[in-house]
Amino acid sequence: MDALTFAVQLLNGLQYGLVLFLVASGLTLVFGILGVINLAHGAFYMLGAYLAWWIAAYTGSFMLALIGGVAISFVLGLLLEEIFVKRMIGRDHLAQVLLSFGLILVIDEVRQILFGKDVHSVAPPAWLKGSIQLTDILSYPVYRIALCVVCLVLAALIFFVIQRTRLGMIIRAGAENRDMTRALGIPFDKVNRYVFAGGIALAALGGILVSPISTVFPGMGDGMLILSFVVVVLGGIGSVAGAAIGALMIGLTDTFGKVFFPQFSSILIYVLMAGILLWRPNGLMGKGN
Amino acid sequence: MSRMISSGSSLNRRSLLLGTAGLVTAASAFRFPTPAIAQGAPLKVGFMLPYSGTFAKLGKFIDDGFRLYVEQQGGALGGRRIEFVQVDDESKPETATDNMNRLVGREKVDVVVGTVHSGVAMAMVKVARDTNTMLVIPNAGVNEATGPMCAPNIFRTSFSNWQVCEPMGKVMFDAGHRKVATITWRYAAGQQMVGAFGEGFKKVGGTVIEDLALPFPEVEFQALITRIATLKPDAVFAFFAGGGAVKFVKDYAAAGLNKAIPLYGAGFLTDGTIPAQGESANGLRTTLHYADDLDNPANRKFLADFKAKSGADGDIYAVQGYDAGALLHEGLKAVKGDWSARNDVVRSMRAARIDSPRGPLSFNAAGNPIQNIYLREVRNGRNELVSIAGQAVNDPARGCRVS
Amino acid sequence: MIRLHPTMLRGLVALTLIAAAALPLLAPNYYVQFASKAMLMGMVALSLNLVVGYGGLVSLCHAAFFGLAGYMLGFMTPESGGASFWLSLPVALLAVAVVATIIGALSLRTRGIYFIMVTLAFGEMLFYLFHDTKIGGGSDGMYIYFKPEIALAGFALIDLEKSSNFYWLVLAMLVGAILLMTAIVKSPFGHALQAARDNEKRALSLGFPVFRLRLVAFVVSAMIAGLAGYLSAAQFGFVAPQMLGWHLSATVLVMVVLGGMSSVLGPVIGAFALIGLEEILKSSFEHWKLIKGLIIIAIVFALPGGIRQLAELVLPRRGDEGPPAAVTPADGTPDPANRRAEAPGTNPQAQTRGEFQHV
Repeated sequence: MDALTFAVQLLNGLQYGLVLFLVASGLTLVFGILGVINLAHGAFYMLGAYLAWWIAAYTGSFMLALIGGVAISFVLGLLLEEIFVKRMIGRDHLAQVLLSFGLILVIDEVRQILFGKDVHSVAPPAWLKGSIQLTDILSYPVYRIALCVVCLVLAALIFFVIQRTRLGMIIRAGAENRDMTRALGIPFDKVNRYVFAGGIALAALGGILVSPISTVFPGMGDGMLILSFVVVVLGGIGSVAGAAIGALMIGLTDTFGKVFFPQFSSILIYVLMAGILLWRPNGLMGKGN
Repeated sequence: MSRMISSGSSLNRRSLLLGTAGLVTAASAFRFPTPAIAQGAPLKVGFMLPYSGTFAKLGKFIDDGFRLYVEQQGGALGGRRIEFVQVDDESKPETATDNMNRLVGREKVDVVVGTVHSGVAMAMVKVARDTNTMLVIPNAGVNEATGPMCAPNIFRTSFSNWQVCEPMGKVMFDAGHRKVATITWRYAAGQQMVGAFGEGFKKVGGTVIEDLALPFPEVEFQALITRIATLKPDAVFAFFAGGGAVKFVKDYAAAGLNKAIPLYGAGFLTDGTIPAQGESANGLRTTLHYADDLDNPANRKFLADFKAKSGADGDIYAVQGYDAGALLHEGLKAVKGDWSARNDVVRSMRAARIDSPRGPLSFNAAGNPIQNIYLREVRNGRNELVSIAGQAVNDPARGCRVS
Repeated sequence: MIRLHPTMLRGLVALTLIAAAALPLLAPNYYVQFASKAMLMGMVALSLNLVVGYGGLVSLCHAAFFGLAGYMLGFMTPESGGASFWLSLPVALLAVAVVATIIGALSLRTRGIYFIMVTLAFGEMLFYLFHDTKIGGGSDGMYIYFKPEIALAGFALIDLEKSSNFYWLVLAMLVGAILLMTAIVKSPFGHALQAARDNEKRALSLGFPVFRLRLVAFVVSAMIAGLAGYLSAAQFGFVAPQMLGWHLSATVLVMVVLGGMSSVLGPVIGAFALIGLEEILKSSFEHWKLIKGLIIIAIVFALPGGIRQLAELVLPRRGDEGPPAAVTPADGTPDPANRRAEAPGTNPQAQTRGEFQHV
């Protein structure tokens, strides 16, 4: 493999990892702050992509689809928190697993009723349509590069919110010690709600952003869910930095695995996970190691 | 739910246990088998098709195509009225045996028509062999169904994976390509299609320099597309279907490869997927046993009638369902609707010569169609006919012991 | 299931068994196969309950053991006839035991949410092993054209190709599994396992080898699930990676919760109920999965009483089945240990704190 091809594959891996990070960061926040396990996270990723397709089909604008899709998902997140998730906080994980499993089935069927089960594709905005010539025959789509940039910006934003804002302070305090935070009179329930809705919106955002380079199809959330779980396990629950490291590791493992060990690329990810768990049972950045 | 629980609490443990154990027994009392031997009773056709999931649209079109044929005949074939039962196989092999048993065992159907997914179809073939049930496969192309697993009671009105791809070898060689890479999903259909192409390509003197594959149904192609750019083959032969086909064709074009390395494929790469693929599908050449603009009277009539019935534009899947109806008609016509003469039904069906919308259609000893394979090119958002890639192509039916 | 009037109980058991055994003589073939399937799922749910109900560990990789044993049968079935039952079953179960020991030893180092996610990930690893590589036919799955042969000295004892014979074999195995599980739960091992669930710290300080107890429970449970998977593969003649997937694991969890975790029989009844319900929904509604999903959600919210109500039907008095704390609390919390040990009497949210710890 020459240097250029290696660089391109590296870029492929990074891009994949960045999308994974976006989706997994929502999952890890909900885990860490609410202590709620949400198996339906992948379903929201899928729902986001379908929303994007639906809005784009009506308005013809990807930007509207992006804003609309995220807004709808956020509101949906607020609603679900109010109706279901609020009651799940502090309940045993078994109940949470079952609730979110039930939600997956419901979301899947509702999506089928609303949007059907066809495969769709979404056009990227016109100004991102071109591609950059890399070699004599290979070019790289501009949208993929823009996607990397957007993900990096979002990642920086998430870190900024958590490290530098009052909301972030409450979130960190809550993840550290819930009771103490509550005892200090901090409106933790409200924070919970926004964190959950934000997590859902991040999953949907991931689905929306990949919709122009992926296709929109019913089962797209399943693979993403499991990979997000692996990312969270690798990185440590509640740790956004850990999710970033985990996501990039998986993106690169998967891409280079596909090139060098085609049959074992998926398994490689789990071998990596098992290895890291042997070393640090609570993840790379998890507490209690 | 609350009702279920409150009524549950009024039960005692004994009735609950007995209830559960007896549930199945009780349910069976409602439907004791009533053999439909009488000439007047309708013939029961069971559709086992994907009505949900990725292949739902294909299932619907096959279903509509079959029903259209029966309607054209006035609701009866060979004087025998036809009654339909449907089961959604969801394209899930793990529940296929179960679903097939439901049709054969519970519904007591005479003929099963299904399905799209090859894995599901193989499970159906197994049950059909065990129970000697007549099975007509209206899509799944898995070679074994009319190969080692062939049986007199098993027919196919679609294609074998071998059949649609082998002729492509010569087409690509004649276009001047000598070194070719292939790419597909790592599952039976993909391996068989790519294998058959390779067989045809090597026979005329070409070389396959690398077979690329990724797990089914993964759609993250970027790494392999980069690999193709490194390999620099003369051309690429691809097999994907549905969402994977849409994404692969788009990714391939987005990487700019379509300008330097022409992409060819099995017909499924561009069948029913062109609207989603958009411009990136333009100029793609594929082989299949149908083209959207086949100009023969049977096809013109079929397309018009299908549009009138379902409001949609007919495609190959609808044709395969339609021809399944025509094939069953051949069998029933010969015995004037008397299903008890099963051997005569089977003999007439094997000997059937059907004027199909796809062109002349007959069957080999294994029950696989003998048909033309067409080379098509994507123009104006359609798969338009370029030429006949193979005349009356017959699958070798390797491993089949029926003769 | 133990504290009922002995005569009544015996009568009830006998009646149920007679009814179950007579089924193949009364019902059409389809229902016999259906009942076999339901009993096999019952067996899986029963086995999972040893880990979830009695061990207090929510495992999401149970289907992997179920499927693995099925694949083992597939590998050992020759092309021309059935595999030997006496050879293939032990080998399949041994393979499951080895894999379960490895997965268990790694996963049991973690707690709470981590345990759920790690088991989920390991289950998926096995799923991808069969899905992506060619060893078991990849994503297409693998066909088992012949059922295993139960022969003794060359004589075929039972012809499993007959669905009634197969049904009786499954019934016998299910009864065996129920008896085995009852014995386990009532044994000192079972008591220790439940003690570790209720208060891990106390169990440790009393000198119980908690890790080893849980590992043994995990492996035994996996082997019973493997037995069901082996039989299931034989019944359907087909194995596919989906048999190992987490959707099945989650569905089995639903069965366990539906039937009740505090008894041996509960999960079996839960399995029957869920499979029966699915069968009815499937034939009546196009969007049956929506209804199934709503029912699962309803179970979660209606269950604080619901689980117990259902369970109490099967188990009127818990009595001396375990330490008093063995009763699952109203919210079903399987692992109240940390709560009680670290934050006595505080709000339930303190529970999460304990999850970040591991032993």
